[in-house]
Amino acid sequence: MSECALDLRDVRKRFGSAEIIRGANLQVEKGERCAIIGPNGAGKSTLFNLITGRFPASSGEILLNGSSIMGLKPFEIYRRGLSRGFQITNIFHRLSVYENLRCSVLWSLGYRYSFWQKLSSLPDVKERADEVLDLIGLRDRQNTPAGLLTYAEQRALEIGIAIAGDAAVILLDEPTAGMSRSETDAAIEMIRRITQGKTLLVVEHDMSVVFALAEKIAVLVFGEIIASGSPNDIRNNPRVREAYLGEYSAVDRTE
Amino acid sequence: MEFILFTLLNGLSYGLLLFMLSSGLTLIFSMMGVLNFAHASFYMLGAYFAYSISVNLSFWVAFLAAPAIVAGLGAAVERYGLRHVHKYGHAAELLFTFGLSYIVVELVQVTWGRATVQYSIPAELDGPLFTLYGTSFPIYRGFMMLVASLMMLSIYLALTRTRVGLVVQAALTHPSMVEALGHNVPRVFTLVFAGGCGLAALAGVIGGDAFVTEPGMAATVGSIIFVVVVVGGLGSLAGALIASLLIGMVQTFAVSLDYSVLTLLTALGIQETALRGSVLRITVAQMAPMLPYMLLVLVLILRPKGLMGTREG
Amino acid sequence: MKPEPAQRPDAIPARLRTILPRALPWAVFALGLIVAPLIFSGGASLSILSQIGTMMLLGLSFNMLLGQGGMLSFGHAVYSGLGAYFAAHAIRLAGAGTISIPISLVPILGGLAGMLFGVLFGYVTTKKSGTTFAMITLGISELVSACALMMPEFFGGEGGVSFNRVVGRPLYGISFGPQIQVYYLIAVWLFICTLAIYAFSLTPLGRMINAVRDNPERAEFIGYDPQHVRYLTFILSSFFAGVAGALGAINFEIVSAENVSTGRSGAILLFTFIGGVDYFFGPLIGAALGVFFTELLSNYTPAWQLYLGIFFVLMVLYAPGGLSGLLVEAVRPKVLRRSILRWPLLLAICVSGLLVVFGAILAIEMLFQRSLGSDSELKLFGISVDTSLRMSYVVVGLLVFVSGISLRWAWVAFWDGADKPQTEIAGVTIRRTGT
Repeated sequence: MSECALDLRDVRKRFGSAEIIRGANLQVEKGERCAIIGPNGAGKSTLFNLITGRFPASSGEILLNGSSIMGLKPFEIYRRGLSRGFQITNIFHRLSVYENLRCSVLWSLGYRYSFWQKLSSLPDVKERADEVLDLIGLRDRQNTPAGLLTYAEQRALEIGIAIAGDAAVILLDEPTAGMSRSETDAAIEMIRRITQGKTLLVVEHDMSVVFALAEKIAVLVFGEIIASGSPNDIRNNPRVREAYLGEYSAVDRTE
Repeated sequence: MEFILFTLLNGLSYGLLLFMLSSGLTLIFSMMGVLNFAHASFYMLGAYFAYSISVNLSFWVAFLAAPAIVAGLGAAVERYGLRHVHKYGHAAELLFTFGLSYIVVELVQVTWGRATVQYSIPAELDGPLFTLYGTSFPIYRGFMMLVASLMMLSIYLALTRTRVGLVVQAALTHPSMVEALGHNVPRVFTLVFAGGCGLAALAGVIGGDAFVTEPGMAATVGSIIFVVVVVGGLGSLAGALIASLLIGMVQTFAVSLDYSVLTLLTALGIQETALRGSVLRITVAQMAPMLPYMLLVLVLILRPKGLMGTREG
Repeated sequence: MKPEPAQRPDAIPARLRTILPRALPWAVFALGLIVAPLIFSGGASLSILSQIGTMMLLGLSFNMLLGQGGMLSFGHAVYSGLGAYFAAHAIRLAGAGTISIPISLVPILGGLAGMLFGVLFGYVTTKKSGTTFAMITLGISELVSACALMMPEFFGGEGGVSFNRVVGRPLYGISFGPQIQVYYLIAVWLFICTLAIYAFSLTPLGRMINAVRDNPERAEFIGYDPQHVRYLTFILSSFFAGVAGALGAINFEIVSAENVSTGRSGAILLFTFIGGVDYFFGPLIGAALGVFFTELLSNYTPAWQLYLGIFFVLMVLYAPGGLSGLLVEAVRPKVLRRSILRWPLLLAICVSGLLVVFGAILAIEMLFQRSLGSDSELKLFGISVDTSLRMSYVVVGLLVFVSGISLRWAWVAFWDGADKPQTEIAGVTIRRTGT
């Protein structure tokens, strides 16, 4: 079996006496686009927080490219090639759009904590930041403080920050939440383009986004992955239909 | 034996006094996220008001009136100052109270002068409470402990038995939830701030005459109570109690220990004259003022959340 | 930070066009430093200028923490003070012939000493941010102050450590004995350090400390350890604080426990905030005004600390961007246009504002006179007031009240129909811990 990009083995998380993640198992192959779906409160965001080191998992094993990332801090996990976006926009609100992106590429280009180089004379930083700026379509807003962007623009910047470092594995938490139909379509197109050749794990409520984007779908219900497989498998899986689609089929979005 | 007992009792009374201050600070911080830099200034105001009232009327009037006046001042500060800077964030609130502490010290000097005032223990509380092995324990120390304990009990009852208390208590652990439930009305803020200031003033009333009432008293105590709340764990009343008693004890014991590393070495038979002038000659008593701060550093390294804290700073 | 300069076909070569506007403020700054002692040439003013120079550097290093990093420190004097002590001891040793170091390089030594303690104490303090950071810096400050009293060998006890700054043979006639030579030593170091601190803000670390200030959590998810970013910035800031401390020591030829005290740290905070933390030049304004008024006012009134406190609180309440923020706001085209169009209202604001200030000063001075003065008569601004009469207070109270109301009215009328200038304190927004 080839090495997985991301491998969760019986991951559990307890908050006090409540077990939110109750033994999640999931394998994501390298280069695969995988979506996690599930009803509200199933623990999707919590699972993301466990994978990215925001909270420590109570038990189980999380492997990134075959080596364990349990107990590592978020920045250590990032340095191993895993980057994430947030559901609630999480940007550097006083910095301009351009500065947000410049900050986000610094580590991956190896500048670390440098205080002996001038930021504006680093050609690779400029090149990569410009590239991402065009990818997320905020070129004409580059000097605007991020806090003053519109909601959709902030969402785009959010994704831009997540992908700027060119991580091999990217986690996006509801990237299209709150977007209009046309914005969503553009966002899907953008995500598809920027995750070319990368591993993508995405939490999404919008079924059209899921089916447009994912090659693999995992269904999380009450802290357990009850099924995972190709979109077709999931559609026809009786457990999924019962637990999730059945009570949920008419509408493809909640909230 | 009696040395240990008396030092223990003195440490306990000092620790309880610290708790009277730190409990108000903790309550305000937990509820509002505001670190009230001027908290010790309200303690000082309590002492000075008590002095003026007790000179003109009586100590017992001061005992009731001074905390009430200061609580009123606290309410005004919250209503007309803090609430206004709230929108700029907690740093602005901290800076506001920092500036306030500056102003209060100056105003105190204008009103009562720069020298120490003769705020003394009331005659009926002056004298020994009991005498043991020839050493007597003053009534007033006992009175301080009684007041502090009663205050502790009433905080406990107020928090657990009243509606406002329940809201306050809920806000200690789940501030955003309480806000979401629509409870976090500004009036509760004002109330808590005023209450905290009143508690500080009460501590001033009974501490000012036991120790000293002078314009520098706020600065002396101010830093210590910050240590208390950090060591105890931000937002934890139980932590504040434990840390208050701990620091009270440590300081009281340290002051009375006239030993140094050099004494120890000498006792062990090591006579090294070269060490006489070195840091080793510094006695524990001389080190007493810095012990709380060393404790602070130690706790931060070993247990960053504080003794009882659940929040990460 | 700055928008890219517009691409215009122009006669001036492109390189020059980008360099000139950037170099201009620096040239003005350098010129100001050179010319200042020629304009204010009295003995006392030279000393004040020297103090302003060191305070400017202190303010700039402090603002690396507060403005750039959102770290509110109540113990910045620890690093400048310890730098000063090390400088003092080094000069003493040099004077005794034990070591050989030119005075002009002593500031580096002070900087390294400050940095050393930045490494030591910063490790503990920068583990936290926000309110906890503030409290720990206060604790460290008290710790060092307590140490200073305990170890008179190093800290010199009550009297402090004094020395003679003239060490060795003069080089090209420069002995650093005359005050003017010390001033220029301070000016040169100030200029170099200001350049360095500005350059820091343009480096990857300098930008990341802004990012950590805005959102430490997100910084973790782009590969940075926020604690480490804060720690490194703290260490660098301590270096510049140490340089400033050493310069101050050379200026006064004495260092005492007051140099590391919490009071001194508070003054740095006060001045820097009054100058404004959102703009690089803010601390320079704050330092100049702070030192000037401290020196001047303390000669005239015992209440100067009260004025400072009140002024500071008013700034926190109404102008959290500090004086530099107000200045930048005032020269905005929109505001300028309004000022010209509504000049009578502007005049009314100025007049009633002055009256409020006048009345408030009168009231405070009357109170001070009554409680601390020897007789009841107060002479101020050429008028004489009997502070024992109740009537005097009523009159002054009425003055403040009436002019206050008119100030408020004029202010509201002036801004009528406009978005009020919103200066934000975002630079020091501390998020509530744990939520």
